[in-house]
Amino acid sequence: MSLKNILKAATAISVLTVSAAAADNLVIATVNNGDMIRMQGLTDDFTAKTGHTVEWVTLEENVLRQRVTTDITTKGGAFDIMTIGMYETPIWGSNGWLVPLDDLSAEYNVGDILPAMSGGLSHDGTLYAAPFYGESSMIMYRTDLMKAAGLEMPAAPSWSFIAKAARHMTDRDKGINGICLRGKAGWGEGGAFITAMSNSFGARWFDEDWNAQFDTREWSDTLNFFVNMMTDSGPAGYATNGFNENLSLFQQGKCGMWIDATVAASFVTNPKDSTVADKVSFALAPDNGMGVRSNWLWAWALAVPAGTQKEAAAKQFIEWATSNSYIELVAANEGWANVPPGARTSLYENPNYTSVPFAKMTLDSILSADPNNSTVDPSPYVGIQFAAIPEFAGIATEVSQEFSAVYAGQQSIADALAKAQAITNDAMEAAGYR
Amino acid sequence: MARASSKRSKIINSLIAWTLGLIIFFPILWIIILSFKTEGDAIRSPIAVVISNWTFDNYFVVQDRSDYFKHFYNSVFIALGSTFLGILIAVPASWSMAFVPSKRTRGILLWMLSTKMLPAVGVLYPIYILFIALGILDSRIGLVVVLMLMNLPIIVWMLYTYFREIPEEILEASRMDGAGLREEILFVLAPMALPGIASTVLLNIILAWNEAFWTLNLTAAKAAPLTAFIASYSSPEGLFYAKLSAASVMAIAPILIMGWFSQKQLVRGLTFGAVK
Repeated sequence: MSLKNILKAATAISVLTVSAAAADNLVIATVNNGDMIRMQGLTDDFTAKTGHTVEWVTLEENVLRQRVTTDITTKGGAFDIMTIGMYETPIWGSNGWLVPLDDLSAEYNVGDILPAMSGGLSHDGTLYAAPFYGESSMIMYRTDLMKAAGLEMPAAPSWSFIAKAARHMTDRDKGINGICLRGKAGWGEGGAFITAMSNSFGARWFDEDWNAQFDTREWSDTLNFFVNMMTDSGPAGYATNGFNENLSLFQQGKCGMWIDATVAASFVTNPKDSTVADKVSFALAPDNGMGVRSNWLWAWALAVPAGTQKEAAAKQFIEWATSNSYIELVAANEGWANVPPGARTSLYENPNYTSVPFAKMTLDSILSADPNNSTVDPSPYVGIQFAAIPEFAGIATEVSQEFSAVYAGQQSIADALAKAQAITNDAMEAAGYR
Repeated sequence: MARASSKRSKIINSLIAWTLGLIIFFPILWIIILSFKTEGDAIRSPIAVVISNWTFDNYFVVQDRSDYFKHFYNSVFIALGSTFLGILIAVPASWSMAFVPSKRTRGILLWMLSTKMLPAVGVLYPIYILFIALGILDSRIGLVVVLMLMNLPIIVWMLYTYFREIPEEILEASRMDGAGLREEILFVLAPMALPGIASTVLLNIILAWNEAFWTLNLTAAKAAPLTAFIASYSSPEGLFYAKLSAASVMAIAPILIMGWFSQKQLVRGLTFGAVK
């Protein structure tokens, strides 16, 4: 073997050794939903491009929250990437628990992320998590039932129109409920819906001095309107209905309208699972003429916990999973209707995507949600269906339990609001806000 | 007349027993049925679910998406490991409490049992930090130790109850014949308490197999057992009932089969000494 060949072989071996040594195995904690599962199926593309391998830990949303919170607060290092939401990101970012994503590559084009998303996933102007997909909430309604009721859905309806349409669409004999909404206890279930709805009625969780506001007329109006509308036109047992229960009812043709996450649009228009796939249209979430609509804003995003030994590889994965090229990869494999929505501006400029029936309404809903100005009167918190403070999840879970007890007919609205007021003020006092 | 009345009451008792059995088993039966349906069919009315087409697709999808056998191996390792370690500690402990009791034995037994009343989440952080310090987070060994400690009070209590049923005179006779402590426990006590030990082992395996708090909170990608496998199919935003059912059937099938074949020993052991 000549000297030249020996050198070539040595160089090749060195390169292979170095690249093998540089290849990391990333452990990613994520939620179980269609988009995340799709990403798991496409991970081979990332491995082929970078050499890094990926192991997934998929958990139910609430279990995932508990699991990653335990790990990040103790610096356990069990995960290299965590899937977290808009609620956790600014809080964890401010605590120094997340690696700032301020050095992503130029090709990644951070500026293309929808401003509402990047704003909600930042703290002090620094991005701490990259949105994998974003969502707002909107009205999904049955065009055939609306037509039969002799009504036409405006693009941006009011609550009074929705209540009227729900009454007209209800047909108890045929098992059709005019409207299906979340009533299930839990800050991310019924709690999220009623909080977003209350914004449009002029209510807020706290005044500027962090005093609870459940003793105001606005909260009373919100709950009274919700309970009356659901009693007139909602399904039986709505106090225990969450996203999945309402999705099931809507897909079986038992709901005239459903106001929920924009991500549900792809489910209800999928003829494989939905019996009403060809009879669905969309509108903005209702308002009450006070300048704030009742839609929320949420994103599932990928973040790197501080202290991981694989920061560079983790960032590489985040760039891959939240990039435009990933969207194109999904489109090539699964079609444009299945790409992760709500994260990038350019997606809504892509003619291939704008032809998807729910694309425009999803974007309009996201753009009409502003986490920094979510209430009619000024409030001290950021967030629409939540207040981005660590104490909120615990307080809102308790409060939503009181509200669900009203929906179930176990207590009066006045009693529930009085309890909510006491629960919130006590917790805020204990936490040192008041 | 008396024979006819006895036959009638036998039939009524059988009917009641079968009805109760079916009611108890129905949730499992429904999970099995749903696991053979499409996601669209799984959410339809019960009659529509039953008469709709059957499919094996969910099982293929679940196996394709998650490595069932890795989770299965972890479950077997953790359940058997924690049971073996627990028995190893509990047999001598129960022997001493049953045959050489002190005035504090009763108090110790009650104190051990009282630890089961502590909500697990109350000690999550200390144990998590301990696991990080020891480097056993997401390891099968760590889970073996934790599950052994969690189930130890029950094992000790069960064995203590069985051992108390054994006449002490037999053990004394073996000692007089020159048996040491090891021989006494291994060759005299253990064979006599075998039904009790067997049922304790079986019950502990079932408890360890089904344990979902520690196995979810102390594992990530490497040591996750079948409880984590099931949890990965649960979702509040998306209907995956059919796949979740298929994952559940795959997770409970081994323990269901084991329970079916060992039900005689299990019942015998659990009722051992209950009626005198």
